[in-house]
Amino acid sequence: MLLTSYEFLGFLAVLLVLYYLVPRGFQWKLLLAASYLFYFVAGPLFPLYILVTTATTYLVSCRIEGIGRRQSVYLKENKGSLSKEEKKAYKQKNKTAQWRWMLACLLFNLGILAVVKYGNFAISNINGLVQALGGRGEFGLLGIIVPMGISFYTFQSMGYLIDVYRGVVPAERNFFRLALFVSFFPQLIQGPISRFGDLSQTLFSEHPFEGKTLCLGLQRVLWGYFKKLVVADRVVTGITTITRGGISEYEGAYVFVGMMFYALQLYADFTGGIDITIGVAQAMGIRVAENFNRPFFSKSIKEYWNRWHMTMGSWFTDYIFYPISVCKPMLKFSKFARAHFGEAVGKRMPVYLSSFAVWSATGIWHGASWNFIVWGLANWVVIMISQELEPLYARFHGRFSVQGKWGFKLFQVLRTILLMSSLRIFDCYRDVGTAFRMFGTLFTRWNWQILWDGSLLELGLSGLDYGILAAGLLMMVLVSLVQRTGSVREKIAARPYPVRFLLWYGLFLLVLLMGAYGVGYDASQFIYNQF
Amino acid sequence: MEELLEILNDLHPDVDFETCDSLIDDKILDSFDIVTIIAEVNDRFDVTISAEKITPENFNSAEALYALIQELEDED
Repeated sequence: MLLTSYEFLGFLAVLLVLYYLVPRGFQWKLLLAASYLFYFVAGPLFPLYILVTTATTYLVSCRIEGIGRRQSVYLKENKGSLSKEEKKAYKQKNKTAQWRWMLACLLFNLGILAVVKYGNFAISNINGLVQALGGRGEFGLLGIIVPMGISFYTFQSMGYLIDVYRGVVPAERNFFRLALFVSFFPQLIQGPISRFGDLSQTLFSEHPFEGKTLCLGLQRVLWGYFKKLVVADRVVTGITTITRGGISEYEGAYVFVGMMFYALQLYADFTGGIDITIGVAQAMGIRVAENFNRPFFSKSIKEYWNRWHMTMGSWFTDYIFYPISVCKPMLKFSKFARAHFGEAVGKRMPVYLSSFAVWSATGIWHGASWNFIVWGLANWVVIMISQELEPLYARFHGRFSVQGKWGFKLFQVLRTILLMSSLRIFDCYRDVGTAFRMFGTLFTRWNWQILWDGSLLELGLSGLDYGILAAGLLMMVLVSLVQRTGSVREKIAARPYPVRFLLWYGLFLLVLLMGAYGVGYDASQFIYNQF
Repeated sequence: MEELLEILNDLHPDVDFETCDSLIDDKILDSFDIVTIIAEVNDRFDVTISAEKITPENFNSAEALYALIQELEDED
């Protein structure tokens, strides 16, 4: 069931009516049933996967908390009789037991993810390697359909388990409540990756009907549809022409156009999808974490990654980057490197190596293919280079007082957009060799006249399409600018009724009339749906 | 405390670590800074700050961080 389908709209309408009709204590149970139905429609076997992850996470989290509880009781009962060393040894023994349980559950669930999502990728590479060595290399591929949103719900569950282990949140004793946290349908498709401590605050509460909450939620859904249907799905034709058909024909400036188109599509598609997710949740009074903070206004790539797909970024930071960078072996290695390779090298080791792990994981998380891995590592290289250049930047700013000036900020923003779009080329072409070759043609084939000689009208996009895309882009930029001082919907809500009506009805009409559907168009899957 | 302030000042000479109590909330320290601080603390104080101790409460001020170091030293 696509979020952009009539089936989904029907499903949502029925659910909203029922949600506010049933007794309030039953609301979250209804959501659980709806989420499993949603998942069942996506694939009849999919609920089985999510159920296995939920059950193992539930059992292990309860077990971990049980060990902690028994420890508290034991220490309380033997307060006077245990020496400091005995207490320490007892705590250590329990911590090890908890860690083992957590590790087993993590490996089991990440193992499912690895087999289902990356099994065929591994088999293809093994076949390739065997063939390169002169063998036959004919291992058969797995015939498994990747369950929708498996990365999202696996990461979300594993984040919860680690939080229980760390004592950040108590283990949820009600299996069905945990099942809803893992399967909450709006975020199954493309995130955000919620934390139990945040989402549980409103997910299980009773929500009386409030017209304003419902309206604000649905307005955000509408804005999401605008981005997805009017902008993202329209520009996709141009990208497909440039990157998929007759590649050698579309070199040089076409590559640049493709990069810009892709940046627009990805932003409109992903943020539009998240708007729909957060809006649907808000319509039911549930608060889901924000995933974007105007990323294309970032002044550096590091800042960009703090503002784009924020819940994934913080997940990787909290559960991969920190544990690796501050673990005892890493700190020992850092000391060793300081002693043998100098202070400067040793100091950098924890950050460099853990970032490498994070960006490799980020790359592979985005897809089971080499282009995504190379894309992740390219991000790592750029971030590390900019980290190393910081003293140089500081010297530059000490000499020239441009910092904070409007023109310089604009330069930084445009530089970041260009840099990020260049890195995304691995995503556009889906093949590492082709991506490098096409990027090279930007400098070897000088055909920038295509920007004004009418060639762009031969990419499957008409003049009207370009007009709509330009208007859509302008609207998104304007909304982002207004957002800096607070919620745009709240600001509109404070306007007189005719203004509000005109704005929202106008947007509705735009989606209806300008949305990319009908003959020749097919409302496509959200890009992040495949993760 | 002096030694900790020295580590912090080396990292960000422009920040007044004696008074600032929103190092994380105001995004003055980022994840790279935190890891660098932990490696330095490990080197000079011989205590290990584990990943679960990386919270805004522990890293928002030099004072809070120093309290954490003392707590870890006591545990050892």
